[in-house]
Amino acid sequence: MSKAVFTADSVPVLAQGYRFQWEPAQDCNVLLYPEGMVKLNPTAGEILKRINETKQTVAELIAELKVAFNGADLDDDVYKFLEEAHGNSWIKAE
Amino acid sequence: METAGSKQNKAPGSTGGAQGMNVRDQIKQPLWLLAELTYSCPLQCPYCSNPMDFAKVKKELTTEEWISVFKQARKMGATQLGFSGGEPMTRPDLVELIREARKLGFYTNLITSGVGLDTAKVAEFKEAGLDHIQVSFQASSEDLNNLIAGTDAFKHKIEMAKAVKANGYPMVLCFVTHRQNIDQIDEILDLCIELEADYVELATTQYYGWAMHNRDQLMPMKEQLVRAEAIAHRYQEEQEGKMKVYYVVPDYYEDRPKACMNGWGNIFLTVTPDGTALPCHAARDLPGMTLPNVKDMSIDEIWNGSEDFNKFRGFDWMTEPCRSCDEKEKDFGGCRCQAFMLTGDATNADPVCSKSPHHHLIEEAVAAGIAEAAKPVTEQKPLVFRNPKNSKKLGG
Repeated sequence: MSKAVFTADSVPVLAQGYRFQWEPAQDCNVLLYPEGMVKLNPTAGEILKRINETKQTVAELIAELKVAFNGADLDDDVYKFLEEAHGNSWIKAE
Repeated sequence: METAGSKQNKAPGSTGGAQGMNVRDQIKQPLWLLAELTYSCPLQCPYCSNPMDFAKVKKELTTEEWISVFKQARKMGATQLGFSGGEPMTRPDLVELIREARKLGFYTNLITSGVGLDTAKVAEFKEAGLDHIQVSFQASSEDLNNLIAGTDAFKHKIEMAKAVKANGYPMVLCFVTHRQNIDQIDEILDLCIELEADYVELATTQYYGWAMHNRDQLMPMKEQLVRAEAIAHRYQEEQEGKMKVYYVVPDYYEDRPKACMNGWGNIFLTVTPDGTALPCHAARDLPGMTLPNVKDMSIDEIWNGSEDFNKFRGFDWMTEPCRSCDEKEKDFGGCRCQAFMLTGDATNADPVCSKSPHHHLIEEAVAAGIAEAAKPVTEQKPLVFRNPKNSKKLGG
């Protein structure tokens, strides 16, 4: 993977044209974009839901996730997902 | 994965791209609703995928009928809605349809030639919740664009592309390619860069509807494709992270068929201007279709229960060589409409497949295109343009 895009201070936001929403028929969160859709697994859904709801830094995002998931050690997983999501053009760093 | 298609003839089964629905599981419900709002169109593109006899359709669904279709499809799980045609801008209720669809939670795509659009409408649609606009071009130069479109539209399209970007939409520019414009591919991509397109679809003409009628005049030459593909790949690399370029190889030059519509009745639902529901927008001409109409039946009944939508689901309908083929789950035997048009039997393998006993028909069609191109210009068949007059004359 190329150089990391996200640090603790960066603010991840959804890329232009991407929309996050819950799909009852699919029973999962999805990302919609021009003429396409990605079904999100639960982890990706939890992260993108927060990015979609609140503009905050990666550090704040991780803190919030820790509260929601009983202090789990999830820093590495979050960074890994953010880089992947950026590689897929789903999110940008502000 | 598959496209939702536009009125241009790239839809039945073109792969890739901005259209790609990354659905990993098999889902037995419609995800894509293509709303062909109207067959009216100020353009006359000779590769249009609308049926040749479109002029027979007089009565379009009303605003309320369309909204009911949207509600039903959305309830079943459809997430993508394409407003197509004809030219959807000719529907005076378009903004209302956009607003309702967006309210229901659809990702709303407007597939337009740009004709009939103006900067005020681009902004008004944004306010109504439109998610994305795809503008189609016929070529990168004004002369050729207007010749193919059969109208002076090029400068206006450029203005509209700029307005789309200025209003913060993601923008897809679509070029349907064929023998007459494919050598412009580098100019086409330079134009897209200049207009700051987010996605470019270089969609090769597929031979349905009007394009089938004009096949000899549209068929690209092998050398043209080799050149175009190399150029497209170069731009793909250069533009990585900025502009996504989708290049679809014409299936007539392949030896395996496209996974048309990602399988019959699998994710796509097309509703035509008069309310006929189709598993793909070329399916109307297949024999034995019952052509269920949304005015008489619910979308649920049509999708799950109608003869048409179950006709080619799964693999039981297949004949050899598809039936015992180990690639049938990958391509579903290709396109039913192409199989019917070329072999006379919709259950045959798509003759694009080199395993098909009818594959020679594809080779002959390519050869006929090459022979046509070799004729002096004065002796070549003229392109037949898609307009109501020709529809009445040729549509039977």
